[in-house]
Amino acid sequence: MAQPMLKKDDDRDDEVDYHPFFGIEKGAVLQEARVFNDPQIDPRRCSQVITKVLYILNQGDTLTQIEGTEVFFSVTKLFQSKDPGLRRMMYLMIKELSPSAGEVIMVTSSLMKDMNSKTDMYRANAIRVLSRIIDGTILAQIERYLKQAIVDKNPVVASAALVSGIHLLQTSPEVVKRWSNEVQEAVQSRASLVQFHALALLYQIRQHDRLAVTKLVTSLTKGSVRSPLAQCLLIRYASQVIRESGVNQAGERPHFDYLESCLRHKAEMVILEAARAITELSGVTSRELTPAITVLQLFLSSSKPVLRFAAVRTLNKVAMTHPLAVTNCNIDMESLISDSNRSIATLAITTLLKTGNESSVDRLMKQITNFMADIADEFKIVVVDAIRSLCLKFPLKYRSLMNFLSNILREEGGFEYKKAIVDSIVTLIRDIPEAKEIGLFHLCEFIEDCEFTYLSTQILHLLGNEGPRTSDPSKYIRYVYNRVILENATVRAAAVSTLAKFGALVDSLKPRIFVLLRRCLFDSDDEVRDRATLYLKVLGGEAVVGETEKETNEFLFGSFDIPLVNLEASLKNYEPSETPFDISSVPREVRSQPLAEKKAPGKKPTGPAGPTSGPVVSAIDAYEKLLSSIPEFAAFGKLFKSSAPVELTEAETEYAVSVVKHIYDGHVVLQFNCSNTIPEQLLENVTVLIDASEAEDFAEVYTKPLRSLPYDSPGQTFVAFEKPDGVPAVGKFSNILKFIVKEVDPASGEVEEDGVEDEYQLEDLEVAYADYMLKVPVSNFRNAWEGMDPESERVDEYGLGARESLAEAVNAVIAILGMHPCEGTEVVPNNSRSHTCLLSGVYIGNVKVLVRLSFGISGPKEVAMKLAVRSDDPDVSDKIHEIVASG
Amino acid sequence: MATLPSVKNILVLDSEGKRVAVKYYTDDWPSVSSKLAFEKSVFTKTMKINARNEADIVMFDGHIVIFKFIQDLHFFVTGGDDENELILASVLQGFFDAVGTILRNNVEKRTALENLDLIYLCLDEVVDGGMILETDASVIADKVSSASGLENMAPFSEQTLSQAFAVAREHFARSLLK
Repeated sequence: MAQPMLKKDDDRDDEVDYHPFFGIEKGAVLQEARVFNDPQIDPRRCSQVITKVLYILNQGDTLTQIEGTEVFFSVTKLFQSKDPGLRRMMYLMIKELSPSAGEVIMVTSSLMKDMNSKTDMYRANAIRVLSRIIDGTILAQIERYLKQAIVDKNPVVASAALVSGIHLLQTSPEVVKRWSNEVQEAVQSRASLVQFHALALLYQIRQHDRLAVTKLVTSLTKGSVRSPLAQCLLIRYASQVIRESGVNQAGERPHFDYLESCLRHKAEMVILEAARAITELSGVTSRELTPAITVLQLFLSSSKPVLRFAAVRTLNKVAMTHPLAVTNCNIDMESLISDSNRSIATLAITTLLKTGNESSVDRLMKQITNFMADIADEFKIVVVDAIRSLCLKFPLKYRSLMNFLSNILREEGGFEYKKAIVDSIVTLIRDIPEAKEIGLFHLCEFIEDCEFTYLSTQILHLLGNEGPRTSDPSKYIRYVYNRVILENATVRAAAVSTLAKFGALVDSLKPRIFVLLRRCLFDSDDEVRDRATLYLKVLGGEAVVGETEKETNEFLFGSFDIPLVNLEASLKNYEPSETPFDISSVPREVRSQPLAEKKAPGKKPTGPAGPTSGPVVSAIDAYEKLLSSIPEFAAFGKLFKSSAPVELTEAETEYAVSVVKHIYDGHVVLQFNCSNTIPEQLLENVTVLIDASEAEDFAEVYTKPLRSLPYDSPGQTFVAFEKPDGVPAVGKFSNILKFIVKEVDPASGEVEEDGVEDEYQLEDLEVAYADYMLKVPVSNFRNAWEGMDPESERVDEYGLGARESLAEAVNAVIAILGMHPCEGTEVVPNNSRSHTCLLSGVYIGNVKVLVRLSFGISGPKEVAMKLAVRSDDPDVSDKIHEIVASG
Repeated sequence: MATLPSVKNILVLDSEGKRVAVKYYTDDWPSVSSKLAFEKSVFTKTMKINARNEADIVMFDGHIVIFKFIQDLHFFVTGGDDENELILASVLQGFFDAVGTILRNNVEKRTALENLDLIYLCLDEVVDGGMILETDASVIADKVSSASGLENMAPFSEQTLSQAFAVAREHFARSLLK
C-alpha cells in the first residue's frame, strides 16, 4: 500500500531542477508513439507516451492533420490491451484528438463494447467519449444503451449518460427528447450528482414548454431534492417561473415561500443562490428583501473570502435600487474596508457610498483615505466614480468631497486614474456653482506638478473659460504663467491661449498679460511664438479682425465650427495660385451625423450610476454648432433647448427617421435625421412635408432639403417654424417624407438617371410644454426655494387617479414637466405611502422655476398630488399649473 | 433563461505562472495566445495574495476566478461573472483535495509533473465540457485511482488499518491536551 506511485525514475531525486518533461519535443514524441504499433503492447510505456502527447497538446502545441490521424490510428490499436490505466489514457487521447467522422467509425465498435462491459468505470467513460465524437446516425444505434445507462444503479454511469445527454441535446435534440421518462426517474435518484444532472437535462428538454416547467418546479419544490447543486438549479428555474408569472392578485408571488425556505438550507451555496434570486426579483418589496439581506449580512463576517465577496457583491447590486434596505449592513460593511481582498474592500466602499446619508459622509471619507493608498488604480477609479455621484447627490458636502479628490490627485497614479479624478472635479465645478472656485484652485495646484500633457492642456483650457469669470481672476495668472516657463511646447501653447483669454475678458489685467505675452515671443517653439504674436497684435489693436470687441473675441476664442474633414478635403483640392485659400469656401454641412444617436456605454456593474449630464451637454453644443452653420437659422438667436431624438418610424422599416426639436425664443426648428436602409436605392431632394393645421401658433418659414441620401449614410433635413416670441406654443404636426427615388445597382454602385417621386408616411409629432423647460439643477433646493419671492408661489391639488405605483406617478409628472429632479428625490422608496419630490428648471425666457411635489397614495392606488411652484415670474407659476392640469 | 452552472476553465500553474496542466471548456479564449494572456493576467493579479488556507477570489474582465495555492502550485477555477461563487469554489475544492489525495498530500510541481497522467484524469473527472461532473474529492480520487493501473492498491479514500490507528491516536492525544 505504501509504495510510491508511478515514480518514473527514483535515482534522479536529488537533482534540484529536475523536470520530467524538460526538453520534450513534438517530433521525438511522435517517433516514440510508434510503440503503440508493437504487437506486444507494454501498457506502462504506452501510458507514458500518451501522457507526453497530452502534455505537448496541453502546453499549447498542435498536431497537423496528418500527425493527428497517425496518432489516432495507432492509439486505436491499443484497444487490444486489457490494462485499465492505459484504457483511461486512451479515452483522454481520443477526446483530445477530436477525430473526424471517418476516423470515428474506427473506434465506435470498440467503445460500444466498453459501454456494455462489466466494469462501471469503462461504461461511464466510454459513454462520455462516444457522446463527444459521434454524429446522429451512430447515436441512433447506441440510444438504447444510453437510455439504460441513465437509470443505471451506479451513479457514475448514470451521471455520465445524463451529462452526455446534455451535450447531445445541442446536436440531436429530437433523440434526447425521447429519454424524458428515464430522466424523470433519475431525478428521484439518491445520488446527489445524478439528481443534479438529471434535473438539468429534464429542464433543458422541457424549457420551451412553460407549463411543463411550471409543473416541474411545483412538484420538486415540495422537497424531494437533496443535492445542493440540484437545489441551486431548482432555485434558478423557480425564479424563471416567478419572472414569467409575475405577482398574483393577493400581491404574492408563486414559489416565493420556497425561495425563502432555501435561505435556511444547510449548504451555503444554496443560501447564496436563494438570496441572490430574491434580490433579483423584479419589483421586489422591502418585506421580501429583508430575510435575504439578513443572511447576506451574516456572510459578510465569514472567514472565507469567497463568501464575503459573494455577499458584498450581491448587496452592492441591491444598494443601486434599494439603498435603504442595505443600510442595516453598514457596520459590517465598514469593517470590510480593511479586508485583505481588495475586490471585497472596493465593493464594500462603493456600497457604503451608495447607501450613505449626508451625515455619514465625513466619517466615510476618513476611512476611505486610509484605504486608497494600497489598492490598484482600477479599483481607485471605481471609488472616484462613486464619490462623484455621491457629491452630486449631496451637493452641500462638496467641500469635504472636493478636498478628498484633491488629496488623491496629489498622490501617485496612472493616467486613467488621474483623468477620472480630473473629470470628476470638472463635473462638480459644472454642476455645483459653489464648488467652482475651490475646484479650479485644486486643478491649478495639480498642473503645477502634472506629468500628463493631455490633462494639463485640458485644465488650462478650462481655466481660460472659467477663470476670468471668478471673483479674483488675477490669482490664476501665476499658475498659468508657470506653465509657460516650465512645460513642454504643447502645454506652453495652451497656456499662452489661456493667458490671452484672461487678457481679453478682464480689462484690469490686460497690461500685465501683455507683459507676459511679450516674453513668450522669444519661445523656442513656433506654435507658442505664433500664438503669442497673434494675441498681442489683435488684443493690442494693431491688427483689426472685427469691428467690435465681441467680434474680436469671437475670432480669437470662438469655437471652430468647420468640420475638420471638410477643411482637410478643401485644402487638398487647393492648388497654389495667386488667389489665397478662402476658408469661407469650405462647406459647413456635416456629411454624416454621428452625434447624439449613440447611447452612453453601459456602466460596469460595480460602478455607480454616473451622471448622464456630460454627454447631453456635449450633444447640445454639437447641435448648436450644426444649426449655426446653416445661415438661415443663424438669425433665430440663441438656441434654448434641443430635445432628445424622437423616432418617427418603426424599427426596421425602409427609411428610419427621428426628429430633434430645437427651441428658440421665436422659432422652432425640427431636425429630421433620416437614414436609408435599402442598398438598391438612392434618395434625392428629401424633405418632410408638414401639416401644421393642428398647431395654429406655428407658421412654416423655411425648409432645408437634404440633397441626397445614399444607403447607410444618415443625413438631415430641417424645417423651421415661426411662433410668437417667448410664448410656449404647443401643437401637433403630421409629417410626410417626400423624396425622389433612384435605382442603384448595389454591385457597381451605378445610379440610374431617372427617379420617381415618392412619399412615406411618418408618425405625428408634438411640441409640448415640456419642450420649453430646461433641466437645470440647483445645488441647494431649500436655499433656492426660500430665495424666491413667496408671492410667486402657486399651490393647488390634483387627483391623479389610479396608478400602478407611487414611483410610476412621480415619474409621469416629472416627464410631463421635463424638469430636473433635485437631491435624488425622484427615487421613491418601496412601499412608501407618500413622497415629496423636488424639481428645478428654467422656463423659456430664462425664468427660473422650482417645484415641490407632494404625493400621497390613498386606498387602492389612488394617487393625489399637491403642487407648489415658485418662479421668477408669477405668470410662469400659473403656466406650470396649466401644464399639469392639461397633462 | 435560467442556465446551468458552468466552468470556463481550470488551471494549474507553477510559481512562475507557467502551465502545469490546464483545461479550457469554452470559446472565450479562442487562440493559444489569448489563453496564455489570460493565464498571465490571472497569475499576476493573484500572485501576491495569500490563498493557502482559504480559497480566495478575484473578478476581472467579466470572469470570476477562485484560486487556492499550495507549495509551488497555483490552482484556479474560472466562471462567468454571474455565476454562483460558492459553486465554483466547490469545484475548486473538490479538484484541489482530489489532487491532494492522489499525490498523497505531497502536492508540489515536481510530483504533479511526475504523475501528470493522474492530474489529467482528475481534470477529466471534475468537469465535462464545462458541466460540473463531480465535486466530492474522495469520489474523484476513487475514480482516478481505479483506473491508475494499480489494481492491487486500495482506493485512496479507504484507509488501511494502521492509518486509521494513527488518526485515532492523534485525536486521542489532542483530546487529552485539552
